[in-house]
Amino acid sequence: MSYTNYETGAPIADTKAPDGPIADRWDRRRFEAKLVNPANRRKHTVIVVGTGLAGGSAGATLAEQGYHVVQFCYQDSPRRAHSIAAQGGINAAKNYRNDGDSIHRLFYDTVKGGDFRARESNVHRLAQISVEIIDQCVAQGVPFAREYGGLLDTRSFGGVQVSRTFYARGQTGQQLLLGAYQALSRQIAAGNVEMHPRTEMLDLVVVDGRARGIVARDLITGRIDTYFADAVVLATGGYGNVFYLSTNAMNSNATAVWRAHRRGAYFANPCFTQIHPTCIPRTGDHQSKLTLMSESLRNDGRIWVPKAQGDTRPANEIPEDERDYYLERIYPSFGNLVPRDIASRAAKNVCDEGRGVGPGGQGVYLDFADAIRRMGRDKVEEKYGNLFDMYERITAENPYEVPMRIYPAVHYTMGGLWVDYDLQTSVPGLFAIGEANFSDHGANRLGASALMQGLADGYFVLPSTINDYLARHPHAEAVDAEHPAVVEALAETEDRLSLLLSVDGDRTPDSFHREIGELMWEFCGMARTDAGLRKALDRIPQIREEFWRRIKVPGTGEEFNQSLEKANRIVDYLELAELMCLDALHRSESCGGHFREESQTADGEAERRDGEFSYAAAWEFTGTGAAPVLHKEDLVFDYVHPTQRSYA
Amino acid sequence: MTRTLWGSTVGKKTVMAVTGLIMLGYLVVHMLGNLKIFFGSDEFNGYAHWLRTLGEPFLHYEWALWIVRVVLLAAVVLHGVSAYQLSRRDIRARPSKYVHKRRRASYATRTMRWGGIILGLFIVWHLLDLTTLTVNENAQPGRPYENVVATFSTPYGNAVYLTAMLALGLHIRHGFWSAAQTLGAGSVRRDRALKTAANGLALVLTVGFISVPVAVMTGVVS
Amino acid sequence: MKLRLRVWRQKNADAPGAMVTYEVDGISRDMSFLEMLDTLNEELILRGEEPVAFDHDCREGICGACSLVINGDAHGPERTTTCQLHMRSFEDGDTIDVEPWRASAFPVVKDLVVDRSAFDRIIQAGGYISVPTGSAPEAHATPVPKADADAAFEHAECIGCGACVAACPNGSAMLFTSAKINHLNVLPQGGPERETRVLDMVAAMDEEGFGGCTLTGECATACPKGIPLPSITTMNREWLRATRKVKR
Repeated sequence: MSYTNYETGAPIADTKAPDGPIADRWDRRRFEAKLVNPANRRKHTVIVVGTGLAGGSAGATLAEQGYHVVQFCYQDSPRRAHSIAAQGGINAAKNYRNDGDSIHRLFYDTVKGGDFRARESNVHRLAQISVEIIDQCVAQGVPFAREYGGLLDTRSFGGVQVSRTFYARGQTGQQLLLGAYQALSRQIAAGNVEMHPRTEMLDLVVVDGRARGIVARDLITGRIDTYFADAVVLATGGYGNVFYLSTNAMNSNATAVWRAHRRGAYFANPCFTQIHPTCIPRTGDHQSKLTLMSESLRNDGRIWVPKAQGDTRPANEIPEDERDYYLERIYPSFGNLVPRDIASRAAKNVCDEGRGVGPGGQGVYLDFADAIRRMGRDKVEEKYGNLFDMYERITAENPYEVPMRIYPAVHYTMGGLWVDYDLQTSVPGLFAIGEANFSDHGANRLGASALMQGLADGYFVLPSTINDYLARHPHAEAVDAEHPAVVEALAETEDRLSLLLSVDGDRTPDSFHREIGELMWEFCGMARTDAGLRKALDRIPQIREEFWRRIKVPGTGEEFNQSLEKANRIVDYLELAELMCLDALHRSESCGGHFREESQTADGEAERRDGEFSYAAAWEFTGTGAAPVLHKEDLVFDYVHPTQRSYA
Repeated sequence: MTRTLWGSTVGKKTVMAVTGLIMLGYLVVHMLGNLKIFFGSDEFNGYAHWLRTLGEPFLHYEWALWIVRVVLLAAVVLHGVSAYQLSRRDIRARPSKYVHKRRRASYATRTMRWGGIILGLFIVWHLLDLTTLTVNENAQPGRPYENVVATFSTPYGNAVYLTAMLALGLHIRHGFWSAAQTLGAGSVRRDRALKTAANGLALVLTVGFISVPVAVMTGVVS
Repeated sequence: MKLRLRVWRQKNADAPGAMVTYEVDGISRDMSFLEMLDTLNEELILRGEEPVAFDHDCREGICGACSLVINGDAHGPERTTTCQLHMRSFEDGDTIDVEPWRASAFPVVKDLVVDRSAFDRIIQAGGYISVPTGSAPEAHATPVPKADADAAFEHAECIGCGACVAACPNGSAMLFTSAKINHLNVLPQGGPERETRVLDMVAAMDEEGFGGCTLTGECATACPKGIPLPSITTMNREWLRATRKVKR
C-alpha cells in the first residue's frame, strides 16, 4: 500500500483537561489529580531524557519533590543543551509596565499567533504559569536586565503591542538554562538525580502497554544498556535538523521522539516548522549550520533586493531607484515588521525570481544606512552592536558600511509528540515536554514563547501532572530485564548499529544528511505544493534504500564513534521526513508556518480553512514506509474566535 | 581556619602573599639601612651595633634582632614550602605540554619559580657571607662595613649579588601585584596603581641594593 | 586554500597519542575552523580512515562544547570560540597544529575530545542558589541595583568551555570557579549561601586536581567570553571573608 494512502482512524481526544471556565481549569486539574505520598516518592524512578530548559527544570523539580530521577543527555554536560542558544527573551504576563497586559492577553496573543491550531486549555495554562517562571528564575539568580531602580526591564518583542518580554542581553536562553542546570546540579549533588551525560537514548522500552524504560548508548564506551523506571519523560527538543541546515545545534536530533513514535506514541502536526527570516546566509556547500540574528534587527533595518535580475554590483553601487524594498512595497502598513512566516516567504520569492544577493543568490539585504543616517552610528551601535559584531565575525563584512545579507532558516518545530493536557503521550507513562511535544504553539510560535513553554512544562506542569499517573500505578513491579519487550528493544538497537557498521559503502553520513535536508528544504520548506510534496514522498524511500546500500561508517560500535552517532540519527530523519511530507500533503490549507501554495488569498496571503482543518493531526506509526493512521483531535475555540490574519 | 588555609590552594597562596609581604617590608628597611654605607664605616658599623641594642632596656641585647630573625625564618620557610607544594601541584595538573609552544605571560611571571630558587640559595650564601662570615675570607667580626667591601671586592661576590638582586626585582614585580590579588585587594580601578607600585618597589629595591656593590666597584665606598 | 594540519590523534583514554599530519585542499576562507575539519573528516571516511573526533554542538559560540588548542592557543588566534573562528584568520599554505585541552583534570577521551565533567562537579558543590521550584517570592520583592545585576551577568556569561584551564600553565580552574561564585555572590538572592558557596566550590576545585593560580593572566586572555582576571581577585576576597566567618 502506498504511503500516501493513509487511513483515518478513531478521533483522539484530550481527556485530561477539565471543562468549566478556562481560568479555573488548571486549578481544577491539579486538585483532581491524585497525589503520591511524599514518603513513597523515592520509591518511584522517573527517567528524564534531555537537559534543556524543559528537561533540566523537570529533572530538578521532580528530584526536589522526592522522586528518584535518572537523567540523560548526549552532551558532555547538561549545561550545553541547545536551549542555551536562545537569544531574545521570555514572555510573561506580569504587566509590570502597566501597559494593558494580562494573562488573558498573553493567552489570546498565543492562540492567535499560533494561527488557531493550538488547544485553548493548554495555552491558557501556559499564560497563567508564565508569571511564576519569572519569580522562580529571579530567585535562582538569573541575571535578567534591570532598570536603574533595580526592577526588571522588559521589552516588546515579535510585533506584540505590550512589553512583556524579559531578557538577559542577547543571551536569555543561556541564563535561563544555567539556572535550570544549577538547580539540577544541586539535586545531582544531593544524590536525587543520577546523571548520565554523553549517553544517547536509542529506543523506548514499552512493557505491557506502558513506558517502562529506555535503551541508551554510552557514547564514550559504546556500551548499549537498558534503564528502567516507572515513567519516562522526553525533553529532547525539536527535529529541525531533518533539514540539515538549521539554527539547531549540530547534534540535536529526532531519534528519541521518533523511536517513541515507532513504539506507539502519536506524532502530531509534524509539518509545522518555523522558518526564521533573519539568519546569516550560507556561504557555500561546506556550510554546516546556520546562525540566527535576532529579529529585533527588523525594527530599524530595511530589507531590499535589486530590481533587476542577476544584478551583481556591490550593494552600495546600486542606486536608490534600482532597489526594491519589497516588504514595504507589498505590505505598506507593516513594512519590514511583518510576521516571521511572511517575511521568510517574501525573501524566498524574490530569490526565486533571480534577484537574490550574495553567494548563490540566496540572500536579501538588511540595510542600516537609513537608520545610521537617522539615529547616528552611535545609537545604532548601542542598540545592535553585539549583533553587528557577530555578523562581522562570521561574514567578515562590516554592516555599518555595507548592508547585511540575511536569509530564512529553519529554526523551531511546532510539531512533536502528541500529548494530552497532562503532557502524557498516547503511550501511558511516556511524557513529552518542551519543543519535543506539539502542544502550545499551534502552527506558528511567537517570539520569546519557546523559553516560556519549556520552563512551564518542566518546572510546573509535568511535576504536577506526573503525580497522577504515578499515583494510579503505585506498585509497579520491577521490569524484568529478560522480558521479551526489553530483549527485543535492545536487540533491535544493537542490530541497527551493527548493520550501519557493516554496510561499508561509499557515501558518508553527512552526504545523506545533506541530501535529505536539501530535499526537505525544497519541497517541505517555506512554501509547499501538492506536486512538490508528492515528488519528495517518491524520493525519500529511494534515498532510504540507497542509504542502507551505500552508507559508510568507519570504526566500531564499542568506542567513541561520532560517525556512528550521526548515521544512526539519519536513519530516523529518513523516516520522519516522510511523515512530515505526508502531513504537509494532507493539510491542504495554509496556516502559520505551513504554507500551501494552493491555499492562498488573491493577494498571496496564507488562507486557513477552519471548516476542514481545525484539528491537530496525530499520526500513528504502522511500519517503516507503511502508511500511518491519522487520528484527528478537534480543536474547539470557546474564548478566542478564529479570524483570518491580514497584514496588507 | 588554619586547616582551611593550609588545605586549600587559595589558602596556601594567602600564606605566600602574607609571608611575601612580610619579607618585602623587611627588605625595604634592610635596603634603607644598607644605604648608610655611603656615610662611612663608623656610621654604618654604629648602625649595625644599634640593631643589636634595639629595644633595650625592655628587651635584652640582640633579642629584637632574634625576634626579627625568627619571624623572617618562619616567613621564608612558609613561603618556600607553600611554593614548593603549589608548584608540585601545578606541574601535576598540567603533565603534558603542548606540542606547539608559544609564550605570552610576562618574563617576571614566568620566572617566579626559578627566581624563588635563586633567591633561596642567595639567602643561604648571604647569611654565610655577611652574618656568620663563614665564607667571607677576609671577615672581621663586628666590622660589617669592611666585610661588605671585602665581599664586593671579589668578582664572584659581585656576580652572585647582582644576579640575585635582578631576580629579586623580577620576583617583586610579579609577586607584589600577585599578593594583592591573592589577598583580594585588587580591582579593575586599582589595577594600574598596584602595577605601578609593584614596578616602583621592584625598581627602588633593586637599585638601592645594587648601589652598594656598584659603589664598592667604582671605589665610592672602600 | 591548501593547508597542512598536524592533529593530535589518540584512540582512547588509555592509548598513547601522537601528532599526525594531514594535507587539506580546497578550503574556503569563509569556512569556520570546524567546517574545515568536517571537510578533512569527509575525506578520511571515504579513504577508510577514522575521522578526527572533536567536541562541537551549537556552532554559534554559546554552548561551550568546542575545545581545540590551535597553534598553541586555546580556541585559536582570535578571541572567540573555535566554532566562530574562520579560515580567513589563516594563510594559504599554513601549517596548523591542533591539540586537545591539556590538563590532568581534563583527561583525553579520544583525539581532541576531553572529559570536562570536573567542571560539573565544581558547580554541584555549590554553584547554585537553593530555591526549590514553587518557593520563590514575587520577582520584584527584592530589587537588585543595576550595577550588581550587570556584574552578575558579566560573570554569568561563562560558557564552561575550559579554555581558561587549557591556557593556564598550571591547569588551574580559578577563572571558571570565580565566574560562577561572583555571579551568584553579588546578587542578594545568593546572599544566604555566600560563604559556604565559595568555600565548597574552591574545595571541590582543589579536589579535582586543578592547579593553583599564579596569576599569569593566560586564562583571561584565552576566555572567549571575556571573563576578566579580577574575577579571581574577587573570589579570593570572598574566600578569605568566608574563612574568617565560617568555623569549619
